[in-house]
Amino acid sequence: MAAPEQTAVRAETPAPLAPTKSASRLDLRLAGLLGVLVLLCVVGYVTRPESFLTEANISTMLRLAAAIGVVSVGMTFVIISGGIDLSVGSIVALASVWATTLATQAYGPVVMVLCALLVGLACGMVNGVLISYGKIVPFIATLAMYASARGLAERISGRRTQVVSETGFTDFFRGDFLGVPILIWMLALVFAVGWVLLNRTTFGRRTFAVGGNAEAARLAGIDVKRHTALVYGIAGLCCGIAAIMVIARTTSGASTNGLFYELDAIAAVVIGGTLLSGGRGTLIGTLIGVLIFTVLNSIFTQNNLDTDIQNIAKGVIIVAAVLLQRTTSRRNADKT
Amino acid sequence: MPSFDRRKFLWGSTAVGASAVLVGCTSNEAPGSTNTAAVAGQTGENSAPGAPVTIGFSAPAADHGWMAAMTKNARAQAEQFSEVTFKATEGTNDVNQQIAQVETLINEAVDVLVILPFDGKALTAVGKQAMDAGIPVINVDRVFDTALAYRTWIGGDNYRMGVNAGNYIGQQMKAKNIANPVIGEVAGIDSLPLTQQRSKGFADALAGHGFKVGPRVSAQFTPESGEQQTANLLQGAPKLDALWNHDDDQGIGVLAAIDSASRSEFIMVGGAGSKNMMDLIKADSGVVKATVLYSPSMASSAIALARLLGQSKGLGDLAEHEVPASITTYSAVVTKENVDQYMDVGFDS
Repeated sequence: MAAPEQTAVRAETPAPLAPTKSASRLDLRLAGLLGVLVLLCVVGYVTRPESFLTEANISTMLRLAAAIGVVSVGMTFVIISGGIDLSVGSIVALASVWATTLATQAYGPVVMVLCALLVGLACGMVNGVLISYGKIVPFIATLAMYASARGLAERISGRRTQVVSETGFTDFFRGDFLGVPILIWMLALVFAVGWVLLNRTTFGRRTFAVGGNAEAARLAGIDVKRHTALVYGIAGLCCGIAAIMVIARTTSGASTNGLFYELDAIAAVVIGGTLLSGGRGTLIGTLIGVLIFTVLNSIFTQNNLDTDIQNIAKGVIIVAAVLLQRTTSRRNADKT
Repeated sequence: MPSFDRRKFLWGSTAVGASAVLVGCTSNEAPGSTNTAAVAGQTGENSAPGAPVTIGFSAPAADHGWMAAMTKNARAQAEQFSEVTFKATEGTNDVNQQIAQVETLINEAVDVLVILPFDGKALTAVGKQAMDAGIPVINVDRVFDTALAYRTWIGGDNYRMGVNAGNYIGQQMKAKNIANPVIGEVAGIDSLPLTQQRSKGFADALAGHGFKVGPRVSAQFTPESGEQQTANLLQGAPKLDALWNHDDDQGIGVLAAIDSASRSEFIMVGGAGSKNMMDLIKADSGVVKATVLYSPSMASSAIALARLLGQSKGLGDLAEHEVPASITTYSAVVTKENVDQYMDVGFDS
């Protein structure tokens, strides 16, 4: 275990200069994003003062954000490392189906949870190995997984909706802990672990290094291939966790679960300020990005507005957020 | 080095063990499961075996409960007749492939064709081709562009589904003396004509009672989308009196959302008629009080009609000598009172 510490020290040496500058730039970017979120909340409150900012609705919105939020954590790691994962939605579908077959349910809730996690992790590792050791570009490798994982999910389920009759599972994951729904705890926990992993460990620093410049990272002694494989494994594991959440929410597993998660997750990560080319990004930005879309959805439904306008608004927000970030960072760059 | 090997061995055996468990988890065989399928009644003069008939059957992939039930019902009905030979093709959502399959059935010179097209417009030409070749075509549900392409059409009635749901809710509201009820609607995919027809029927029927549709969301016919949309709808409507959900497959998610929100002040009406919903209606323990049929039993009827066509018989009770050219199934309202007589047409979601 000597090698990782060494690279950690090496990666940290140029730190004193860079972080202060980029950190303040990052803060401005996040402030802009937070402004959008607050603005949306104000719109929601003004249009529906009696129900929008109630405890019940906040809890509903956070539970709606839970599954896509967890998937977006994994996606943030992948994109920071310079990759992309188009297969997340399909992996959620496969894990949710695999964990809810009658055979799995017969083993009880613990096996259902392990099954979802294992299927997610395994799919992610297949992605990672194909990309790093098989040298297939991430777009193609995960596109293949996108198609085949959902195909396998359809195969296993016979395209039926598999209702969960194992009440131990649903009772636990649909329940509360200290007055807060389990799903929200899970979302918070995944974010916390992800944040620590990304910002306080060698693994996180290596992820930035690999995404910033893979060749330089390799010369610095990082096993880039192994690291890339692990990053996709994390994304897959996150899909497994999200699958558990989807099963809990819908009390069923179906091959139609997780439709368009890849696009929602990429959108959240990108408006969160993570560079699509890798090497830079924050998990907090991703979280705000996910929340912006959830709040938007809630505003539209609560005011009984058509969903087509909502999709237009979604597109406008993506473009506006990216433009806003660019101008704030440029203005900041001019000052320094 | 030994520690390294041991680690490798541990990881390796964990992976092998995990894969073994996972593979064991893919089975969906329920112990002692019974396959229920809707079958047309075996009574009257027409039930006696007649001349042998070969029926060709082509349908889209069984990608959700309703479509799976259509294929299952068709097969079960054919098995009821000793003189019927049933030739089914593998279900597909690729119109080119379905056209090829129907062409194969034409070449095999089946006596009657039963076609449930993935897309009625796309399959019209091949339907006409069969008719021109002298093979009567029974067009199921998704209608062809021209009547030249089918001998008989049998299908559901989306507009009346909405009408009957609206009338049931209207009557219930009147019975409860609710003056200004808040009536919610969880629709299916909004861009589909069938969803628009259902919603129009619902709104028209409610208008007849002096009511209107309140909060409305559109889901994607999947449990996940049903859950998400309903969770938001319930937040936006602190008090509801009634809720109509277009589709019982997405209804699993709709019910999960209602359960999460711990809401029970309203009545809910489903759509299509899954076994799951019928069980809930029968139990009468929750919000689900009724479901409006769009029953896959129409596939059983289509096979029964195909046999009659093949044997040149008419429908027993009608004065007509021939099988009619168009049959629209009725979207009956299934409630606690009559659920027992509809259990046989309920399908597994």
